[in-house]
Amino acid sequence: MPSGGLEGFDASVLRYLDAAYNLARYLLRDPHDAEDAVQDAFLRAVRHFGSLRGSDGRAWLLSIVRNTCFTRLRGRRRAAEAVEFDEVEHTAQASESEPEADLARAMAAVTLREGLDRLPVEFREALVLRELEGLSYKEIAQATGVPIGTVMSRLARARRHLSIALGAAGKVED
Amino acid sequence: MRCDDVIDRLSPFLDDELDPVESQAIVEHLATCTSCSAALARQQKLSADLRAELEYHRAPDLLRARIQGDARASLGPADRRAPFAVPWRWLSAAAAVAVVVGAGWVALIGTNEREFAAMTREAVSDHVRSLMADHLDDVVSTDQHTVKPWFNGKLDFSPPVDDFSASGYPLVGGRLDYLSGRAVAALVYQRRKHVINVFVWPAADGGATMSPVSTRQGFHVIRATHGGMAFCLVSDLNADELRAFAKMVTG
Repeated sequence: MPSGGLEGFDASVLRYLDAAYNLARYLLRDPHDAEDAVQDAFLRAVRHFGSLRGSDGRAWLLSIVRNTCFTRLRGRRRAAEAVEFDEVEHTAQASESEPEADLARAMAAVTLREGLDRLPVEFREALVLRELEGLSYKEIAQATGVPIGTVMSRLARARRHLSIALGAAGKVED
Repeated sequence: MRCDDVIDRLSPFLDDELDPVESQAIVEHLATCTSCSAALARQQKLSADLRAELEYHRAPDLLRARIQGDARASLGPADRRAPFAVPWRWLSAAAAVAVVVGAGWVALIGTNEREFAAMTREAVSDHVRSLMADHLDDVVSTDQHTVKPWFNGKLDFSPPVDDFSASGYPLVGGRLDYLSGRAVAALVYQRRKHVINVFVWPAADGGATMSPVSTRQGFHVIRATHGGMAFCLVSDLNADELRAFAKMVTG
């Protein structure tokens, strides 16, 4: 179990810095933003380290990181609403609540990386945590603050849409 | 179980997140249903592709140092907090050494000094990591005609792969690695018991340059460019032999 102080912090939180940065890179898709977000998140983690008390340091840190990232994404969206339509279009990605057919249309992509970028950010997050970080559904649920059932359906939908996008670039219907 | 139900559950099935009863039902269905088996194979391939092709972004060293500094300032022993700020000092001292060593060459190829120091650090940690466990080579082969094609489709360039056994530097394998946020080829050579990692990626221009040997954490590092490729060699081999080998590698 993590002890307090700097050593405890190093052993139970700081060791997941790579996981934190990787997640931030995929959520924000910008290296500088990701660095800033991760540093902010760690400042918060240091401040609230006392509240960790033996729970899973990785899920705990990742939840702080993703909340920091989502706050930034919301800020970006607000800023984008104030500028030209073209620029909004340029950075647009599908949202989780879109109907399947709309999502499929937005997903017509050729490469894996492009496909991932076009997924709703919550789907991309689930895939990165599962495929690159190897987290269980329970750990993903803890990190992202949703029920396990939601994790399950996000992953299933994310994979379905990626498969469609990769299998048939240009084809828009399931 | 019907095909639709199976298809709906393939994703958690693949992640081993179904309860044993459901999981067993799917196994039984798959044994007799070719179209669902094909769907499973596609999902497995997608997972494998994601893991293989998506870059894992490791935290940059400078970010790590900043965060360690922050953590130390708030959580470290009270008497050692502010005045020490150890990682920063270490880092700048180390960077200063690298810069002094590399400065002339750096000016030559137009890389900025901070970038040079950061990449040297990263190459050394990649080298150290490669020596741990079984990470050293994904493709173990002393045959350049096996190693070179292995990189096809894994990289957007084709690294020059040569065997220097005749000169006493046999090729032992290759793997993918990451340096400065890009995928690079890592070729592994051996000189007696010393392992040499040669990182290769496309250079910004086609000139031929070679840096002096710099030393970091006890390892020797040489950077070079030749024929449109950039090279970074890291090894605990002595400086003279590493320099001689760098000349062979860069033709």
